[in-house]
Amino acid sequence: MDFKHKHLLGIQGLTPSEIITVLDTAESFYEISTREVKKVPTLRGKTIINLFFEPSTRTRSSFELAAKRLSADIVNFNQDASSTVKGESLKDTILNLEAMNPDAIIIRHSCSGVPHFATTFCQSHIINAGDGSHEHPTQALLDAFTIRQEKKNFKDLKVTIVGDILHSRVARSNIFLLRKLGVRVVLIGPPPLVPLELKKFGVDIDFNIDRALEGADVIMMLRIQLERQQKNYFPSIREYRNLYSLTEKRFRRAKKSAIIMHPGPINRGVEISADMADSAKSVILKQVENGIAVRMAVLYLLLGGKDREAFD
Amino acid sequence: MKLLIKNGRVIDPSSGKDAKLDLLIEKGKIAEIKAKIATKGAKIIDASRLVVAPGFIDMHAHLREPGQEDKETIETGALAAAKGGFTSVACMPNTDPINDNRGLTEYILSEAKKRAVVNIFPIASITKGQRGEELTDMADLVDAGAVAFSDDGQSVKDSQLMRRALEYSKPLNTLIIEHCEDKNLSSEGVMHEGYYSYLFGLEGIPASSEEIIVARDTILAQEAEANIHIAHLSTKGAVDIVRNAKKKKIKVTTEVAPHHLILTDSYLEGYDTSLKVNPPLRSKEDIQALIQAVKEGIVDVFATDHAPHTPDEKDVEFDKAPCGINGLETAVSLLLDRLVSKNIISLNKFIKMISTTPSLFLGLENKGKICVGADADLTILDLHKEIVVDVNTFKSKSRNNPFQGWKLKGTPAMTIVGGKIVYPFSS
Repeated sequence: MDFKHKHLLGIQGLTPSEIITVLDTAESFYEISTREVKKVPTLRGKTIINLFFEPSTRTRSSFELAAKRLSADIVNFNQDASSTVKGESLKDTILNLEAMNPDAIIIRHSCSGVPHFATTFCQSHIINAGDGSHEHPTQALLDAFTIRQEKKNFKDLKVTIVGDILHSRVARSNIFLLRKLGVRVVLIGPPPLVPLELKKFGVDIDFNIDRALEGADVIMMLRIQLERQQKNYFPSIREYRNLYSLTEKRFRRAKKSAIIMHPGPINRGVEISADMADSAKSVILKQVENGIAVRMAVLYLLLGGKDREAFD
Repeated sequence: MKLLIKNGRVIDPSSGKDAKLDLLIEKGKIAEIKAKIATKGAKIIDASRLVVAPGFIDMHAHLREPGQEDKETIETGALAAAKGGFTSVACMPNTDPINDNRGLTEYILSEAKKRAVVNIFPIASITKGQRGEELTDMADLVDAGAVAFSDDGQSVKDSQLMRRALEYSKPLNTLIIEHCEDKNLSSEGVMHEGYYSYLFGLEGIPASSEEIIVARDTILAQEAEANIHIAHLSTKGAVDIVRNAKKKKIKVTTEVAPHHLILTDSYLEGYDTSLKVNPPLRSKEDIQALIQAVKEGIVDVFATDHAPHTPDEKDVEFDKAPCGINGLETAVSLLLDRLVSKNIISLNKFIKMISTTPSLFLGLENKGKICVGADADLTILDLHKEIVVDVNTFKSKSRNNPFQGWKLKGTPAMTIVGGKIVYPFSS
């Protein structure tokens, strides 16, 4: 099998064929979640820790269900990143969990690079569940899985990503993944949030929403955070909505068959109108559903079976 | 005790000397310089394969004392300096409390006298508490022994106040050193803004945050007809501004730190916090511009910006780690290996930039030169010896140096301060 990694830190480190391997593996796990008994013994006896330093429901639950459907034991540690009030360093926190002999630690943290940092002192498999503004690899993989499900393959697709590209780990992982598969990617958002330097990632940048959506096969909307307005990346939510919100009228620029994606949680009426979010073109809930299969695949590929141990 | 250094290649940029000579040291001064000196009762040092240079002077270091003795002390910082080939170190005022008054300056000097194996020269802050609100009593501080002024770690935000500092300090024959950074632009940034900050998802510090203050300060220096020294120059744009200012005869001088000449932002790939520094490691283009600036003389001085931090402080999330590289013990080898042995600059120019020129900038009259009567502060170099950097052998109290494991050619072989051998250490 073509997937030789101990950790999943980001899409950056994966080859196109490894990405396809994850998607194919997810395909084979997809059906398990539709069974009456949603459980296989694949990872029985494995212990996984869900270590979330940032609030998350979707990703944390998705990993948890993925682990449980593979019969692994999973423990949740939800820790406010600021709960170093007790004075414990991040390294000590992780080392304490590591001392409980888990097989894998899934980490979400508001600082970029924390999963990489963890690999410098951990024996466990480290899975990045989102680090700062850096990467969110399982999100990009589940997005790719959803795109493939809808579009059959990645050939000649145009994907438009709208919003705060600068701070979005989802955008970054998706850009890396889609470019590795040769997909055309167009970015749009308020100029301070879409630096032109990003063109070096092999993407196009457009500041006209209609043009950016023209002929798109996939539209990915990103959540816009109020905090960005406070730092003057854009003047107001009202203006953001006027310029970048996905409305039915704008959607008509895209291909008839276009799909709408969003990593969630969505701000209805801000980056996306409620009717678009709920429309038949929206695959937002499919993304959530697919997340479980993709995360099962990731867990399996990293810690499943004897043949995997050669890579430990 | 007398010291006789025999057969060394003596290089003194201040007088243009570059020849095989003997040096006799007596009572802490250079007593005689001749092709062959015969004397009795002197300890003899065979320097036949070595270079004898005027003692190196680091005009930008953080010795952390008082207040942050867990990171470094005057004593350990001085030992690190001696091992690194420096005979004199100017220490920045961002201690705790800030060195903004006579008492602190005198304290540092008296502690240095008791415990430091090299010469320590305090730099006082430009403003009280480095708060950027009121000037310190500069004349009093100069009288107490401060050799320069800086609010290092930040710029003097208020342009009017900076102008006053430049004007006021003129008759004091001292130097204003500016850390150039517009904090509104650098904001929450932790690395150089550009392709790699976007790639690694780290908040960027734009080059403009440095360049705006460099530009402002050269304008102010021109208006005040005063000297301004720019600390740790790091961007191509800043180099261009200084080049233009020097052309216009504005009295601006600059320094560069070794890491800014060697490491690029791309090195941050693994989020190694020992590479987190302010100004941040810049792009390849910036490094090329800095090296060109060194060659052209736009950069006047090499300085370490030695900034020790404890392992615990650095062993954290990248965003949360303090900025700084522990540089005293690697600077000379890095510059010899990367610049001198690669013939980017001559050995003579290197010595000028790390000894002669800093002594002039800090007004250290009897230092930075090899002539009869000068202080016997000497750095002896072995240009052929290869070393492997090992932070575990550091004399500094801290270990935050990103060059661990690097093989470098050329190293200080001996450091002499006031006629006394301070490195190699006597056991």
